[in-house]
Amino acid sequence: MAEHKSTNAAGAGHGSLLTYTTGFVLSVILTLGAYYFVVHDSFAHRELIAIIVGLAVAQLMVQLFFFLHLGKESKPRWNLIVFMFMLLVVAIVVIGSIWIMDNLDYNMMPEHQMDEKMMHERDKGF
Amino acid sequence: MSHIATTIKPMPHDSTNKTVFGFWVYLMTDLVLFATLFATYAVLHNNTFGGPSGKDIFDMPFVLTETMLLLTSSFTAGLAMLSVYKKKKSLALTFLVITFLLGATFLGMELYEFNHLVQEGHSWRESAFLSAFFTLVGTHGLHILSGLIWVSVLMGQLIKKGITVHTTRRLTLFSLFWHFLDIVWIFIFTIVYLMGVA
Repeated sequence: MAEHKSTNAAGAGHGSLLTYTTGFVLSVILTLGAYYFVVHDSFAHRELIAIIVGLAVAQLMVQLFFFLHLGKESKPRWNLIVFMFMLLVVAIVVIGSIWIMDNLDYNMMPEHQMDEKMMHERDKGF
Repeated sequence: MSHIATTIKPMPHDSTNKTVFGFWVYLMTDLVLFATLFATYAVLHNNTFGGPSGKDIFDMPFVLTETMLLLTSSFTAGLAMLSVYKKKKSLALTFLVITFLLGATFLGMELYEFNHLVQEGHSWRESAFLSAFFTLVGTHGLHILSGLIWVSVLMGQLIKKGITVHTTRRLTLFSLFWHFLDIVWIFIFTIVYLMGVA
């Protein structure tokens, strides 16, 4: 067992058959679960989207931990720090783009679509 | 004492650490590339310009098969690394061959899907949605292609040179790359395909 805990390149632990198998089985379950919910239309649209995004993020965590061994490296955890910084950049790029383009879409909407949108929002209770 | 020894003659292990960290930083910048393509897709996915939307063109059982193939190949790449660390050369080679075959099948299926769409008249020229779709999924496919070429070369090196510090380091980098591509695919599967038909 001791050799499994040894660290390899970049001070990252390189896992064992058990960690890889656990990661693989969990990933398969998460993938099939998301697929099942979508194909069988198990939830209302908004809940369904939230659930499959949640499952994808869970699988991201599983693979980062069991396949890439993130967080198991010895200190200082540069891999983890760089990863966290990248998450911040990715969040700014993705959320920022969607936000800005959504605003642009709204402000540049042709008049007839704008009327429809207003009606729609009024019906929703805005 | 050992401190002085390491400063004078850096151990190969130490340079491996730096190489792997450098490669990790590359992967993180590649993540930013994918993030921009995901953002583009998210912004444009409703702009179908009278053409088909995701619901009309995605074949879900087909995509699920692709996903499973890539996931399994990520797993076998991990098993190959375990064999390398245990110095079991032929076992490592077996797992690398399986990884290669699964990856090649995945890429073959993706090309089949692309070809099918283009034949049906739904190429990247039809709408902003399809442009964004082909760019995002195609960029991932190109990464897979380069991974397949890379692992072929590494298998040759493993046969010729055996398990050395250098081949181990290169295989470590490859396995990081391959796991990374599987993680990107999870999000393509979820955001493009599952959310496309949900």
